[in-house]
Amino acid sequence: METLTVNGKSIQLEIDPQTPLLWALREQLGLTGTKFGCGMALCGACTVHVDGNAVRSCVMPVRAATGKQITTIEGLSPDSSHPVQRAWLQVQVPQCGYCQCGQMMSAAALLAVNPNPSDAEIDDAMAGNICRCGTYARVRKAIRVAAELGRAQK
Amino acid sequence: MRLRTKRLLRPVAVVLALLVLEIHFSPQAWAGPQESSQTRESSLRAFSAVASVLTSPRCMNCHVPGDSPLQGDDSHPHAMNVKRGSDGKGSPALHCFACHQAENTAILHGPPGAADWQLPPAKTPMAWKGLSAAEVCRALKDPDKNGHRTLQDLVPHMETSLVRWAWNPGPGRTSPPLSHEEFVSRLREWIDTGAACPEQGTTK
Repeated sequence: METLTVNGKSIQLEIDPQTPLLWALREQLGLTGTKFGCGMALCGACTVHVDGNAVRSCVMPVRAATGKQITTIEGLSPDSSHPVQRAWLQVQVPQCGYCQCGQMMSAAALLAVNPNPSDAEIDDAMAGNICRCGTYARVRKAIRVAAELGRAQK
Repeated sequence: MRLRTKRLLRPVAVVLALLVLEIHFSPQAWAGPQESSQTRESSLRAFSAVASVLTSPRCMNCHVPGDSPLQGDDSHPHAMNVKRGSDGKGSPALHCFACHQAENTAILHGPPGAADWQLPPAKTPMAWKGLSAAEVCRALKDPDKNGHRTLQDLVPHMETSLVRWAWNPGPGRTSPPLSHEEFVSRLREWIDTGAACPEQGTTK
């Protein structure tokens, strides 16, 4: 039995502790916003926050996530009001949308530690999130918008 | 006057001559240079063994100049253009631990892992890549280039889980040419024999 804290709730799971966190989230908890992309930490589609840091859930064993605060896209805000979510809507970033939850989780992790990133800092932070539709220019624009929204909110 | 000076200086000259003879013919003086030369040879041999590990891809891929690590046995640039970051732990939202967990993933070409996965910090990058053995040796001894470590401090670094990972690198990666035990033993030997460095431009 493993105990995880996901989106503020403590949950007990009957699961092999070596199971990737991604499958605990998707298969056992039904939190399907976090996507399976490559399964090898190469694409970023499975990005969640663990203690506030962006982590690839496809390679993090459940055992390593116990005792830590896990946040998925569903827990980023209770009403889609996080500046990143509002900016993504405003800029209409997604095309197919498959990678976008991972993109948003990385963007939110970046803005949490750097509320006013330069383009170079955005590129460095987002380099591990791949988008086959090529929405990179809109991702970067939305992060700049989210930074403004975040500053206005304070 | 000149004769008097000569008489006065004679005993001094004799004492000096005896001292020279003593130094030249004493057993210690004869053993000194020979022993010192043998010790230096031992130290250089030990360093050569140590260098074979330091210059293996498992060490060299992160002991690099510049901003980005390398990966694989062919030391190609790390995927996704990841950056060192000021503390050596990556960029915000793309820290090393975003993908590198405390242990290897079992998947071929999946990210390897060990506790505290990181590069040397930007201020002391400890970059061996591109250096000759002589230059690596001098850098290893230079506190400004080795992370402000004494020679003795190098040993515990080689015992960390991150360095030990090199001997358990996961599928698709080779280990350094010596065992970890032999590596640490040769490192201690190099330090204990005076940490001799090869001359610039030589392999010894």
